Amino acid sequence: MAVPEANEFFVDPSRCIGCNGCVQACTECDTHKGYSMIQLDYIDRADSPQTVPVVCMHCESPTCAEVCPADAIKRSEDGVVQSARKPRCIACNNCVLACPFGVPKMNTAMHLMMKCDMCYDRTSVGKKPMCASVCPSQALFFGTRDEIERLRPQSRPLNTFKFGAQVIKTKVNMMVPARSTVEHLDVVGALYEPTVGNQLEDSLSLDEIGDGE
Amino acid sequence: MKVASPEIVAPDNRTAEQQPHWRQEFPIDSPQDDYRSRRDFTKLMVITSFAFFVGQAWIVLLSRLRRARGEAPLQDIASVDELPVGGAKLFHYPGPGDASLLVRVSAGQFVAYGQKCTHLSCPVIPKPKAQRLHCPCHEGSFDLRTGQPLAGPPRRPLPRILLSVRGNRIYATGVQQGVV
Repeated sequence: MAVPEANEFFVDPSRCIGCNGCVQACTECDTHKGYSMIQLDYIDRADSPQTVPVVCMHCESPTCAEVCPADAIKRSEDGVVQSARKPRCIACNNCVLACPFGVPKMNTAMHLMMKCDMCYDRTSVGKKPMCASVCPSQALFFGTRDEIERLRPQSRPLNTFKFGAQVIKTKVNMMVPARSTVEHLDVVGALYEPTVGNQLEDSLSLDEIGDGE
Repeated sequence: MKVASPEIVAPDNRTAEQQPHWRQEFPIDSPQDDYRSRRDFTKLMVITSFAFFVGQAWIVLLSRLRRARGEAPLQDIASVDELPVGGAKLFHYPGPGDASLLVRVSAGQFVAYGQKCTHLSCPVIPKPKAQRLHCPCHEGSFDLRTGQPLAGPPRRPLPRILLSVRGNRIYATGVQQGVV
């Protein structure tokens, strides 16, 4: 069984309301052994309630598998990068450190790396992954490209990322504004770019401190 | 059945032909990882059979060597009066490095065993009152009269040293390797 090629994963962080539904639903997936493999990241927790669900992007050249010294991380024929194989995984944490998206999770008690496998037991039989099936705002959307084009005319999917010199093409798509002209998401560059709200807050607070003295 | 190998996408963006050999040996995709070529399978079978053959030849060689060494020598160990009932004497038989124990079980009976515990070769200690040979390393015990393992990790009996009393002297005449 393989994930049907027409079904794709689309992540739209701008729709995420931070309800943690995906995190809870993820633990229910049979291939995750009761652990949640999704992460709900806060962009800038001090200044914004904005959250981003982080699922495995299922890279064309998976860095986790490239760095695995035990040859334990494998990708099935439909392009889904699976959790480490239990007989091979040596729990060395290389994948955890190497993944640019921070997806693999080390289960120290089980001596096994587990990661988001797109709920392979469900998607391989045509169902949606747990997170996408519960997401109330559909920030996590699993469906065909026709569907997403019809439902989200303001956005377009993008699956090229840049981490410094490393260019990564992924199976999972990130939604960007339809009018934007970007060809890839420069993730490292975004780290050095403070948000607009952040700048305002900083200057205000600095002024206040100046006045106080 | 040949598995179609997909275009290798490596971080260095080079083509499949330019990739080092290990990339074919350790593919990331599971269909390629599960694939075994007939050549590899045959190689494994040949090497494994050769290993079995070498093992058999080694066993044959060892048994030939053992036979060539000939009969164990006759060795004078002790005199009958030397040991009280329950007493023990250490001697080396058949070689100078093979520590063995002679124990007088009763007035008319002597037994002798190799001292190496059959578990991890610790020297065993005679406990004539308990009718045992005790190994302090892992609390192993052997029956003093038969050499059979009674308790602890050892599973094989101690090698028994055959004795012969001629006149007042006790001689070791051979070693009987323990059989389970």
